[in-house]
Amino acid sequence: MSAFVVEPSKRGIAGALPRAAARAVLLVAGLALLWGVWEGYRWLGIRGHWTWPFEVNDTNMPHISKIWHAFGQPLQPDGPPLRHYLWHWAIFTGKEALAGFALGAAIGFFLAVALSQSKVVRRGVLPYIVVSQTVPILAIAPMVVVGLGTKGVTPWVSVAVIAAYLTFFPVAINTLRGLLSPDPEALELMRSYAAGRWKILWRLRVPTSLPYVFSALKISATASVIGAIIGETPASLQGGLGYAIVNFNQYYSIQPANLWATIIVCALLGIVFFLAIVVLERLVLKRAPENFA
Amino acid sequence: MSTIVQPAPRSVGRRVGRTALDWIPALAVFVLGIAAWQGLIAAFHIQEFLLPKPTSIAQAFWAQKSALWSQGIYTFKEALGGYALGCGLGILVALLFAAWRVLSSAFMPYAVAANAIPIIAFAPIMNNWFGLLNPFSKMAIAAVLCFFPVMINTLRGLTSVHPSSIELMRSYAAGRVSLFRRVRIPNALPYMFTGLKIATVLSMIGAIVGEYFGGPTEALGVKILNDSSYGNFTDAWAGIVMASLLGIVFYAVVALAERLTTSWHPSARAFHTE
Amino acid sequence: MNAVSIKGVSKQFKAGVTALQGIDLDVEPGEFVSLIGPSGCGKSTLLRIIGDLTKPTAGTVEVNGKPAERARRDHEYGIVFQDSVLYDWRTVAKNISLPLELLHWSRSKRNARIKDMLELVELTGFENHHPWQLSGGMQQRVSIARALSFSPSLLLMDEPFGALDEMTRERLNAELLGIWQETGSTVVFVTHSIPEAVFLSTRVVVMSARPGRVAGLIEVDLPQPRTSATREEPHFFELVTQVREQLAAAGAPLGETQEPALVEDQA
Repeated sequence: MSAFVVEPSKRGIAGALPRAAARAVLLVAGLALLWGVWEGYRWLGIRGHWTWPFEVNDTNMPHISKIWHAFGQPLQPDGPPLRHYLWHWAIFTGKEALAGFALGAAIGFFLAVALSQSKVVRRGVLPYIVVSQTVPILAIAPMVVVGLGTKGVTPWVSVAVIAAYLTFFPVAINTLRGLLSPDPEALELMRSYAAGRWKILWRLRVPTSLPYVFSALKISATASVIGAIIGETPASLQGGLGYAIVNFNQYYSIQPANLWATIIVCALLGIVFFLAIVVLERLVLKRAPENFA
Repeated sequence: MSTIVQPAPRSVGRRVGRTALDWIPALAVFVLGIAAWQGLIAAFHIQEFLLPKPTSIAQAFWAQKSALWSQGIYTFKEALGGYALGCGLGILVALLFAAWRVLSSAFMPYAVAANAIPIIAFAPIMNNWFGLLNPFSKMAIAAVLCFFPVMINTLRGLTSVHPSSIELMRSYAAGRVSLFRRVRIPNALPYMFTGLKIATVLSMIGAIVGEYFGGPTEALGVKILNDSSYGNFTDAWAGIVMASLLGIVFYAVVALAERLTTSWHPSARAFHTE
Repeated sequence: MNAVSIKGVSKQFKAGVTALQGIDLDVEPGEFVSLIGPSGCGKSTLLRIIGDLTKPTAGTVEVNGKPAERARRDHEYGIVFQDSVLYDWRTVAKNISLPLELLHWSRSKRNARIKDMLELVELTGFENHHPWQLSGGMQQRVSIARALSFSPSLLLMDEPFGALDEMTRERLNAELLGIWQETGSTVVFVTHSIPEAVFLSTRVVVMSARPGRVAGLIEVDLPQPRTSATREEPHFFELVTQVREQLAAAGAPLGETQEPALVEDQA
């Protein structure tokens, strides 16, 4: 009999603390390594006057410490520090992303449910769902914002719509895969209980599809943040991270650290969204979330 | 598994053509969709500038076709360059991670975290580093976008080998290199192609959105953006159609390559929808 | 010199599970020995120890007079698993030639041997098929052909017919006996099925539940060559009963247990 690993790992409190500590140490070590690589490359590049692949100077690669300091510097004289603004902008963009995520996930889910019921409809509609992602939505972003604006929709809702557009696709595709994944025998069992189409759907297909759904939600979490950030840029929507990027980009040569600081906040926002889904998955599925590999 | 013995595989043409009939529903939806679009605009008097009629878009497309083509190719080259770079690195790193699991467990959390970062936010930095007008700044974005799906999928394929298979190779006293060459790599091909297909779409998006933050006028993304800002939505849509077409063709080419090289894989499709 | 010589072998897993304890067993060349026992008795583990796919925590194993590890490196045995472990991207012919490629045989030599092997397992004509186009029984025949392709003197088999239906199983049993006699190899065969063990073997080793020990050895003195008629002889039933009683005496398990990690993936 072909056997697989059954050795019980150190679960429980006894195992949790050293594991968490190890992970924290690894995280710090990793960040330190990143810092070292950055500063090392910078030092070498300036000394050696490297111009390829890009010119290494103070503007292109500011000191990490300078970026760190920028968080504490006021934007206007006697005004609040940058981190104050970044926090509010992050909340603003985060709200758009969250709304878009919720909307897109709901649409994706129900679309998948609809498609799971008919092979012909699937064959007809699925290609367009795939094609929809080849349309560079971000290029349509200005049109969406302006268009919806004339209908009286506030700009941030339009941004949420763009975020939803990026969210629905992975959710739809993965949920569909999950809904169609039950064994033929599992289906036969339900039918032997005289369970109708909808009972089968809610009692078998949907629970089976949950791991797939979460796998998609993790991708979508990031996608919704991307959608929100980019969606803000054409509308010149003040108050969000997208606008901040465009703005700081204009003044990059004067104060490069500000743009970097903003990008770091964007990165953190994406990671926070991702981690939120990971935690949610752990709660709902009551097992270790599937690592990407 | 006890399937009836089937005859040996047919020719390439047959294998690809077999699915032609499957496309009829999709074709029907396309025709219906376009007709509905046209009809709804007329019925609800939707202003041209909000959502142009398909016929207007088609006209605009045809009128500008040579300009659209050269702009499209310009952007496509950026996407292609980024694709080659990102996928190449992704496959390389996957091979390294599969060969030395230590690397994998050490770096995987970072890869996962990095994947959660909105890469697009780095577009302005790339423009600053490599120059607004330099196509490489857009290639870099496309490359980063392609890297993760390819790396993650290829790694999964390299490592999802049946334990008995490893035992078999051990029984032959086969070394690690042999194991890689003869088992892990062929096993990984279908997974790799899944990643490569995803990456085609991402590379186009990366190139276009990269141009969004600034680029030369001969780029498609810049043209779309300019048309939008001046309110020429019909022209912008024509540009979007071009971008879409290029993305679809790119995807189809890779899908074809997949079918030709992994025809041995019983489920040659990316995933089961039937 | 014995084909396989096991002395005092014990195997303990990291989790504190003792799979095998104090196993002593000698297999003479040309024997067909079955290992049978309840789930979790360590018979698969023992097979893998013979093949040096896992190391014992105590004791020694020799194959053809060499330590197990050297025997593996010298390709002294072929192994067949319950899963046929055929590679989808290789045709039947190329699957069989896999070990031969690893042994750096020339192409002409490989092709000749593949032809012989296909004849041996009665699959001539299927060279260019892919594994998924074959039935389960046929896949296992390819797996056997591959295991014997380089003519090892020892064949290790881990419940190779476990996933097949009864009729296919009986047919393959008969075929396997034919192959065994034609090649003159020694076979160590792990199985769950008492009739299969009795039908195939010259000797049946009955193992006890965890920790696995040798509970009994039963000589199967049925005449060769064995056919389906053999299954209907009274002596066959007597032997089957003997094995069954021996198994019962060795202790039935409390429930299905799985054997812990058998492969330390060193990839």
